[in-house]
Amino acid sequence: MTAPFFQYGMFGDETSLVVAFFIGIGFGFFLERAGFGSARKLVSQFYLNDLAVFKVMFTAIVTAMLGVTYLGWIGWLDLSLVYLVPTYLMPQMVGGLVLGVGFVVGGYCPGTSVAATATGRIDGLVYGLGIFAGMFTFAELFPWLKGFYQAGSGEATTIPGAFGIPYGIVVFAVVLMAVGGFYGAGLLEKKFAAAAGE
Amino acid sequence: MTATTIERRPQPYMNPYLAGIGLGLVLLASFVLVGRGLGASGAFNSVIAWVVNAVAPAHARSNEFIAGYLGDGTESPLKAWLVFEVLGAFAGAMFSGLLAGRAKVMTEKGPRVSVRTRLAMAFAGGMLMAFGAALARGCTSGQALTGGALLNLGSWAFMLMVFAGAYAVAYFVRWQWR
Repeated sequence: MTAPFFQYGMFGDETSLVVAFFIGIGFGFFLERAGFGSARKLVSQFYLNDLAVFKVMFTAIVTAMLGVTYLGWIGWLDLSLVYLVPTYLMPQMVGGLVLGVGFVVGGYCPGTSVAATATGRIDGLVYGLGIFAGMFTFAELFPWLKGFYQAGSGEATTIPGAFGIPYGIVVFAVVLMAVGGFYGAGLLEKKFAAAAGE
Repeated sequence: MTATTIERRPQPYMNPYLAGIGLGLVLLASFVLVGRGLGASGAFNSVIAWVVNAVAPAHARSNEFIAGYLGDGTESPLKAWLVFEVLGAFAGAMFSGLLAGRAKVMTEKGPRVSVRTRLAMAFAGGMLMAFGAALARGCTSGQALTGGALLNLGSWAFMLMVFAGAYAVAYFVRWQWR
């Protein structure tokens, strides 16, 4: 095992911040390349005439998933040292629902609002200000929300672990699902592009 | 879009599958280099923690959510991994946008809505998003993308609900976009 490099002590905290900046450059670059600095491009996903959000997201998930799986299998990456967000199923599902509403109402998510602001979108900047306001409000209400926020096991649970399915099988199923989804996305776009009249 | 004749035409976006592979490789690099994925909403939390701590330090300390971003108090809350990553994302997106002639000061909206209304909706959407991301312990980057690739159970449940929430209300806000 040689990776993750940071966990194996190949560089320290200060260097990890420099690494963060360069990883961020790649992140922002591909977000903007994909068109995700534009609210209209992003929300087209929810009117079915342009499913780029789905395509980019699932291609990225499959790419990174296959990467960590193969690197783990050859014994080069210790997957147990990669941070997993702990599972609190109920708040995460309710949070997802609220976030989805915020996505189509405001036109962005936090990462894409940064890409939008960086390319001059005023609505992206205002959206970012909204995030600050929302975070502050959440923090101030936290004493009342804490009970729900902490509802759940709080253990980092993976799908293979939760259902007792071998890791490789789940990986394979996700790949199949993505390929099927890409095919379906193409069909939907054809159908709804005409309906959008553009 | 009303195309003007003099302006440089913005280049078309990258093929979504190619952009997805690029994004996936950046995410993979993050796993390999620092043992963590991408994120965005956490950086906003760090900034809020920094502001509240500067204005009312005792209040910040007594708030469990904010205190979680302050650490032991010896370092600035801005000295956080996600803050640097998001600064990088800003630079990377700007670079890409300038390169493709897509960087332009404007407000993204449909033809039937005023700029003021669109900005009010953007602000409201941002607030909802922040609430959701705080509850879920991550946003589309930290939960859906990162946790998705790691087969995190909570992340996949989260992702399904994001799409459910967005599709459920899309019809009612379509006036904003078209």
